[in-house]
Amino acid sequence: MFEASRYLRTLPRPFPVTRRFFEYAGGIALLFFDAIRYIVALRFRPTEVIRQTAFLIVDSLPIVLLTSGFTGLVISLETAVSAVQNGFAFAIGGSVAYGTVRELGPLLTGIVFAGRAGAAITAQLGSMVVTEQIEALKSFGASPTKVLVVPRLLACIIGMPLLTVFADIIAVYGGYYMAALRAHLSPATYWNSVTMYVNFIDFEKGLLKAAVFGLLVAMVACYEGLRTEGGADGVGRATTQAVVTSILLVFAFNFALSFVLFK
Amino acid sequence: MKTADTGTNGAHPQPKVAVSLRSVGLSYGQKIVLSDCSLEFKRGQVTTVIGLSGAGKSTILRLVNGLRQPSAGHVIVNDVDIVGLSERELNKIRMKMGFAFQASALFDSMTVFENVSFPLYEHTKLSRAEIRKRVEDTLENIGLSDVAQRLPAELSGGMQKRVGFARAIVNEPEIILFDEPTTGLDPIMTNVITDTIKSIQKRMRPTSIVVMHDMPAVYAISDNIAMLFEGTIIESAPAAEFRRSQNPIVQQFLQGSEVGPIPL
Repeated sequence: MFEASRYLRTLPRPFPVTRRFFEYAGGIALLFFDAIRYIVALRFRPTEVIRQTAFLIVDSLPIVLLTSGFTGLVISLETAVSAVQNGFAFAIGGSVAYGTVRELGPLLTGIVFAGRAGAAITAQLGSMVVTEQIEALKSFGASPTKVLVVPRLLACIIGMPLLTVFADIIAVYGGYYMAALRAHLSPATYWNSVTMYVNFIDFEKGLLKAAVFGLLVAMVACYEGLRTEGGADGVGRATTQAVVTSILLVFAFNFALSFVLFK
Repeated sequence: MKTADTGTNGAHPQPKVAVSLRSVGLSYGQKIVLSDCSLEFKRGQVTTVIGLSGAGKSTILRLVNGLRQPSAGHVIVNDVDIVGLSERELNKIRMKMGFAFQASALFDSMTVFENVSFPLYEHTKLSRAEIRKRVEDTLENIGLSDVAQRLPAELSGGMQKRVGFARAIVNEPEIILFDEPTTGLDPIMTNVITDTIKSIQKRMRPTSIVVMHDMPAVYAISDNIAMLFEGTIIESAPAAEFRRSQNPIVQQFLQGSEVGPIPL
């Protein structure tokens, strides 16, 4: 179902890397369209989507809060004192919030999400492959896409923006804390700066990016998990591959989306 | 596509064939797993496929279920050639089958109840109460009514096997596939498993296809026995007749002898 190889056998032999790339991308695309078919027809269990969303958010939230919190702190640490000394105190809150809601919030959350949720999804599906649970599903005439991929895909698309909201808030608050501590910036100056430089549309576009990152992480993680081969070693390899590929895709799509959304 | 009956014998017609493999071949790359493999599974009877480890016995079950497609030949299930069918068409065939896997393959994030009820939620329009009743009855029939809320990891290997059986039969399938049902179990649990298979057979009269090489258990449950060797069926006969086979390979296997035509 997910094997694009049979459609690609006609590609010339001298380009194995190109062939592998298209095979991989084609496999993910086929899996995605298979999942969309079930989503459009509303053929999935909403309770499983809620369960997966809760699991993935709880799993990733502590690390998202820590990474985004420290990022807000360090931006403010690097900029606050010199900004105040050079008469740019009014720009500190704006610079932290602007960079966070448009770029760092979704990006860092995407990276953490790929490492935590993506790895968990691949490891779980990979283990199900090697313990014949996926074959068991198929043997009952059930689709792994419907039962396993769709709930995880929807959970990631819902979960990533929610996590990004938390990341944005913590990072901006972290920036405020450091600006107040190091540069003795008043709350009014900081928060006025935030509202002056950042529009709600920036925040929304950041969340849109987060949803796309959630989709990417879910598809790569599910695809890698379902094509796992071998035993525990295969699960380990698939999980590593899923995390690496997801992070690369998050960076690439972050650039592409910023280019399109913020031009 | 219609299959022929296996013939008649005076006033007692032999059972129809539920599943048949016709000149099936299967290879993975250079490795040939099955070659010109033909075998018939009679309706309502237990047919056991024996053979050396790694001979391709489990592959036969996967071919019958449509989880693998053969490189050559035909797999006929209830008069339908399932080779080349779409997933949607295969699923209609699979709904009439139960598959008990070698390692149980229970969904480890679900309780026993959720595992056993899974095929019913997927394929029937039964109400929650009806599903609950059916699952409870099935678990009670195999002596596991008190573990419904446990996770598979909390059960012994034998109990997991029986839960796997419960999941395979809860949909009351016409055909049940048992993959190595006694492998890795102690002799007492092996007897429990063979008794469970016999009880399922007596109660539901399905066409059972069993893959195993534990000969006492094979004799205990089988109506027919077939031996797979080097990718093809070399002997297939009713159980009593099979034991008297003159084929030296069969006899070496049955006696567990190191000396004979089977290369070690």
